[in-house]
Amino acid sequence: MNGSPLDFDRVTIAEVSRHFGRRRALAKVSVTLEAGQITGLLGPNGAGKSTLLSILATLAMPSTGEVRYGTVTAREGGPAVRERLGVLAHELHLYPELTARENLLFFGRLYDLADVESRTGEALARAGLTERANDFVSGFSRGMRQRLALERALLHRPRLLLLDEPFTGLDDASARSLVERLAGLRGEGAIVLVTTHDLDLVDGLLDQAIILKDGRVADVQRPVHDLRDHYRRLVGRGGLA
Amino acid sequence: MSDSGSLGRFFHVAWLIMRKDVTVEMRSREILYTTAFFALSCVLVFAFSFVREGRAIEDAASGILWIAIAFSGTLALGRTFERERTNETLHALLMAPADRPAVYLGKLLGVVALMAVVEAVLVPLVGLLFQAPIGTHPMYLAMLLATGTIGFAAVGTLFAAMLIRARSRDVLLPVLLYPITIPVIIAGVRGTATLFSGGDATMARAWLGMLVFFDVVFITLALWTFEAVMTE
Repeated sequence: MNGSPLDFDRVTIAEVSRHFGRRRALAKVSVTLEAGQITGLLGPNGAGKSTLLSILATLAMPSTGEVRYGTVTAREGGPAVRERLGVLAHELHLYPELTARENLLFFGRLYDLADVESRTGEALARAGLTERANDFVSGFSRGMRQRLALERALLHRPRLLLLDEPFTGLDDASARSLVERLAGLRGEGAIVLVTTHDLDLVDGLLDQAIILKDGRVADVQRPVHDLRDHYRRLVGRGGLA
Repeated sequence: MSDSGSLGRFFHVAWLIMRKDVTVEMRSREILYTTAFFALSCVLVFAFSFVREGRAIEDAASGILWIAIAFSGTLALGRTFERERTNETLHALLMAPADRPAVYLGKLLGVVALMAVVEAVLVPLVGLLFQAPIGTHPMYLAMLLATGTIGFAAVGTLFAAMLIRARSRDVLLPVLLYPITIPVIIAGVRGTATLFSGGDATMARAWLGMLVFFDVVFITLALWTFEAVMTE
């Protein structure tokens, strides 16, 4: 790690709570995400995973508590923090009326990438979409869109990668390829946070598992082992008090 | 503005977003066709009502022109942001490493460009159906339309972006937008009426000055508040 304090090694989520009116979405969540690690954010529907992802993506503010990217908050860092974030959301952040290449070029230019043309070509190749580069995204299958959206999220080589259900719509080969890609990003020192209900796919991939239930951290497992059984004990069949 | 967001970068991001919006619209033409159809229908219906034996009621043309602009503009605003909502692409724009008000400016420019195309068809039609002298002071008319459209779209873009997650956004947008933009509409109507009645351009200049003032106020407030209102 070098240079700017924004080349952060760690994201610290400290006592983060979030309320929507009287409804509590997150309650005093405190966890740390480290560079070179893949963290799984797990939990049943409504556990607060998406809210936490929105806060980490700087799209929402905590009601109380704070998130620090290295030493700065999103408010202090502004665009410089966002430059280091990559997000693959459930809705894929792609324009169906643009081609695959145009989508990547648009976002590459938005991120002010100097070598946007070459990065776009490489990204299309990694997504297996070189042949379809000039086709409109509206004609793509969900799996193709998912692969393109992942490359869009990685185009600017983010420090913190937030993935919301990244395996949705992928066939077995693409899902395995994504697992390998995530392992590669870990090797490059990225901070990766992934939410998924597909525990079999991430079993053996995660370095840390955070299990949320009712907006609270039910458990942080590190190292991760027997993930499915552990998750079921905590979340399934009323395992949590 | 932050260090990384120099003025040049700010306007470059706004330009990129506007260009993207125009490209998307040129391909689908969905908003352009529906907005233009709505505006033209509006003018035609009023023409049947307010034109008797080839003569229009005094000042009706300017009022109808601005009603058509306001209604079709509201439609364009709603559809433009619906497009950003469908794939949550507005979130992607907000997460870009640019000052967030640049996203606002880009969306505003896209809406204004769209409304300008509709007005280019609308104004000659109003001139034809209401015998309005649209060629007497073409520069003043163009400036009144430009400043009025910018003022209307400046407020509308902010509200449409704010309402993107609201369930009843289609109903709420006009409810919020029209009361705030009443001064713009009034200045636009009165300024245009002055030109259409063949009066001297001094009054039109005064209304134009008011529109410029509203534009400056509305755009400044929108740029100032955009980041706060878009962060949940």
